Amino acid sequence: MESETQNPNPKASKVETKPKMDSKDQSFKLQANNVDVFYGDFQAIKNISLDILERSITAFIGPSGCGKSTFLRLFNRMNDYIDGFHMEGEISLDKQDIYDPSIKVEELRKTVGMVFQKPNPFPKSIYENVAYGLRIQGIKDEDFIEKRVVESLKQATLFSEIKDDLDKQALALSGGQQQRLCIARALAVKPSVLLMDEPTSALDPISSGKIEDLVHELKKNYTIVIVTHNMQQAGRVSDNTAFLYMGELIEYGDTQKIFTNPEKDRTQNYITGRFG
Amino acid sequence: MSHLENEIKLLKDNILELMFLVKNQLEKGHRALDDFDEELAHEIIANEKRVDSLELTIDRDCENLLALHNPVAVDLRFVMAAFKINSDLERVGDHANSIANYITDFGAPVEEEIMKIMRIDEMYETSIKMMSNVFNAFITEDTDLARKVFKLDKKLNEINREVSSVTTKLIQKNIEETQNYLYLFSIIRKLERVGDLTKNIAEELIFYIEAKVLKHQKMKSKNNNGGNDS
Repeated sequence: MESETQNPNPKASKVETKPKMDSKDQSFKLQANNVDVFYGDFQAIKNISLDILERSITAFIGPSGCGKSTFLRLFNRMNDYIDGFHMEGEISLDKQDIYDPSIKVEELRKTVGMVFQKPNPFPKSIYENVAYGLRIQGIKDEDFIEKRVVESLKQATLFSEIKDDLDKQALALSGGQQQRLCIARALAVKPSVLLMDEPTSALDPISSGKIEDLVHELKKNYTIVIVTHNMQQAGRVSDNTAFLYMGELIEYGDTQKIFTNPEKDRTQNYITGRFG
Repeated sequence: MSHLENEIKLLKDNILELMFLVKNQLEKGHRALDDFDEELAHEIIANEKRVDSLELTIDRDCENLLALHNPVAVDLRFVMAAFKINSDLERVGDHANSIANYITDFGAPVEEEIMKIMRIDEMYETSIKMMSNVFNAFITEDTDLARKVFKLDKKLNEINREVSSVTTKLIQKNIEETQNYLYLFSIIRKLERVGDLTKNIAEELIFYIEAKVLKHQKMKSKNNNGGNDS
């Protein structure tokens, strides 16, 4: 495909796996160690190791089918329901293996929230959408729920637009508002990690811009991992970028470096649109 | 070839055309001065419009590429380098034009002896050699060749440093020729600036090809710049 010499032994390939830390106080929130993922006989992820800094934004980029969404879903065990899914290696959150049998997936997902490509609000009111996660946790204190709903909607920069319409159907909102509602819903259960799988691909540029601004704001308190096909978006919002190709991690590092002077020819060819 | 690659190729072709034109302007200036060819000097002055027009075209190409294609990595470095090289070349063109204006003002050929003392030919040959090097380095993307201009630029600086005292002595000897000596002095100064601008172009080429920023860095050692000779 490219001029770059292929390493005959991918296990021995020297791909940087640790991003540069901004300060000594920062630590790794999520860590993948020698991860392989199979769907039946098909190997979707090949021996990926990668560390993600807390309170940072990490973008996964790569052509369709490269494994970036599969890799993202590993962090809140969303692949567990897929037929034939099998994983080897270790994924840890705050240095704890999240695939350990003692881990309760429901508890994990309180900490690791997810936002999908297409906004998926429930056919309920705006208020109830945000309150949903709290109610299924068994919280009954309505004052507490209301406070958290308002706080989450504010965090998602949606509150000022819909504060008089909290009882309105969520499905009546615009696509961009629905996506911010889904982010508010994810924030309501106080996660520390937000996974975003192409969160703006179904949105117009203005709505996408609002989500990007929001993501940038949320970085102060959350660790965010975002899958995107939009190179400019990856460049604009992320601190670190990982380029995946055919299930392998090709390059990982500072976004500025990746988009100005990548180490690998394959990364350069992909981000400059010469393949993929 | 993708749309972006096509646009980059067009930009590259336009830069090469401007580089070739500016190099020609310098070469014609040298000939016009040596042969006291006023017609050739007028041709240089007329060609300045082409330099300006190409500069505007390249500016617009760069702006369109940035706005419409959002280039990254090597493509972004190329557009950034092209933008600066364009401006440097236009200024080299301005200097060639100013020199042509001096030639039309001389009124009579310059004595060969005076040309020798002031090292005008050496200055011209070196600056044209530098321009040839960056021209070929741009075509072949050869950064070793681009680096050779750094050493050549030192020669221009050395001649430029001496020219004040040389000119003073000449004026003291023959005060009636003061005006022409001052023209020649100015030509040396202009060619020294041409050398600086050509050196900038070489640095931009290296930035584009190797992603290394050389400007404002002192050369670490004489042997480290790959410029044994050109």
